[in-house]
Amino acid sequence: MSASNLEMLNIIVKREFGSYFATPIAYVFILIFLMLSGVFTFYIGNFYERGQADLTPFFSFHPWLYLFLVPAVSMRLWSEERKSGSIELLMTLPITRRDVVVGKFLAAWFFTGIALVLTFPLWITVNYLGDPDNGVVAASYIGSWLMAGGFLAIGSCTSAMSKSQVIAFILCGLVCLLFILAGFPMVLGAFKGWLPTIFVDTLASLSFLTHFSAISKGVLSLKDVCYFLSMIIVWLLATMVVVDLKQGE
Amino acid sequence: MIEIKHLKKQFGELVAVDDISFSVAPGEILGFLGPNGAGKSTTMKVITGFLPPSAGSVTIYGSSIETDTLAAQRHIGYLPEGAPCYEEMTPRSFLKFIAEVRGYTGDERLSRVQDVAQTLSLQSVLDQRIETLSKGFKRRVGLAQAIIHDPSVLILDEPTDGLDPNQKHQVREMIRGLSKDKIVIISTHILEEVTAVCSRAAIIAKGKIVADCSPEELAAKSKYHHAITLQASDPADHDAIGSYMENLDGVSAVQREDEGLLLIPSAGEVNLMPLVLSGIREKGWQITSLFQQKGRLDEVFRDITVEVDNVSE
Repeated sequence: MSASNLEMLNIIVKREFGSYFATPIAYVFILIFLMLSGVFTFYIGNFYERGQADLTPFFSFHPWLYLFLVPAVSMRLWSEERKSGSIELLMTLPITRRDVVVGKFLAAWFFTGIALVLTFPLWITVNYLGDPDNGVVAASYIGSWLMAGGFLAIGSCTSAMSKSQVIAFILCGLVCLLFILAGFPMVLGAFKGWLPTIFVDTLASLSFLTHFSAISKGVLSLKDVCYFLSMIIVWLLATMVVVDLKQGE
Repeated sequence: MIEIKHLKKQFGELVAVDDISFSVAPGEILGFLGPNGAGKSTTMKVITGFLPPSAGSVTIYGSSIETDTLAAQRHIGYLPEGAPCYEEMTPRSFLKFIAEVRGYTGDERLSRVQDVAQTLSLQSVLDQRIETLSKGFKRRVGLAQAIIHDPSVLILDEPTDGLDPNQKHQVREMIRGLSKDKIVIISTHILEEVTAVCSRAAIIAKGKIVADCSPEELAAKSKYHHAITLQASDPADHDAIGSYMENLDGVSAVQREDEGLLLIPSAGEVNLMPLVLSGIREKGWQITSLFQQKGRLDEVFRDITVEVDNVSE
């Protein structure tokens, strides 16, 4: 009578995904995401002034956009369950912990995927205005989504750490900031003077920024994809550990 | 069959459950009694696999909750304390989700939802968000998810807490109406509930089981067990009746109650009724009411749990 693993995962994803749209939070998030990406692209990114038909100004702001939008999505993943006590219900249903952790993450990831897809008018605009390299655009979209996944996995872990969504939000923002800053030229420059190159390179290679900018140049290399996927896996494993520890308290 | 052996649960220094062993057979409705913080909920959390035990074992129909968690959990329907659920959902979508997790698909899933909605009278609110429902409805949604798969083991943490008398009655009827081959464990601090639904009562205090017997046996531990309440039509007679009764063999004390007398038997199985009746007949007193008490559970409960408190201090 029991559903197989994949079915279970599917059930969790469906429920979690549905719960985003059961409250206004989903619509508010998508609206803000679309508005901000428009603002960043056209005003701060000087979309028109650059005179180039590409989406670089759009994608280059994504790490910063995600910095505060992703924690808003991920903060409720576990905090809310713990606060309302529904975690007790969830964890006593015949579902493995792994399915719950992965299912919750996937739902959030699909959700950000939808927000990302809804930016398609920008893509249409740029195609209307000129002749962009759509391969680069596609790679950038995939890269951006992968990066969102990395952020979300971090957020899943920090959300599991606290009953308070506010704390989960701030923690997630902080950790994500570290992972962005690690590749920021200014930060790297500060270390370059006195640290061996290998450390600086390692630091840079841990950064979301380094890998994302590599992908958004149109090179969807296995190395960068693997980086994001392993980020996701590592942080989800950490989530499982944290959920386990917190549950025993 | 549920078997709990030497179960222990510690949170840091605090020992919440201290070496508890018991087993429950199909058909039994076990009531967990105990003061707040005695370890009732913790025990239930361990049995359902939410918390790992610090020591000891829990086996549900042969499946260990620790090593064979999912198989054990499939047997269980569980209502956690406070009946938490996903408040942003409607009872319908929530129950559908639970039914799906429990392995039902298609028409069967829908009919399961319909069935429990009917059992717990939820039809009228099926499409309202749970957060907008009253406490009684929320509790019943929680109960509905616990019984949706017709579990062989039902574990309910304070199922009637916060319900009005009618709803309490309804929930108790539902529990009593479950088929006779099920195991039910309910925790409560409402003593009447134990007499109303349970076939067995276990009192927990300070993480230990301090009494485990039928509610009747528990009541028999009361000094008021078989005590007789008596009321004369003329209250002026009470003094005379009182002093007469006090001298009867088997009466240990006579207490003045609001509107009558309470005759407490001396320890042991003493049936005072024949003696009292013949005394009344002999003296020709006019009596308006006379009945034998079963015992006062609250008094037994207090005696047992306070005793534990004193010993440990």
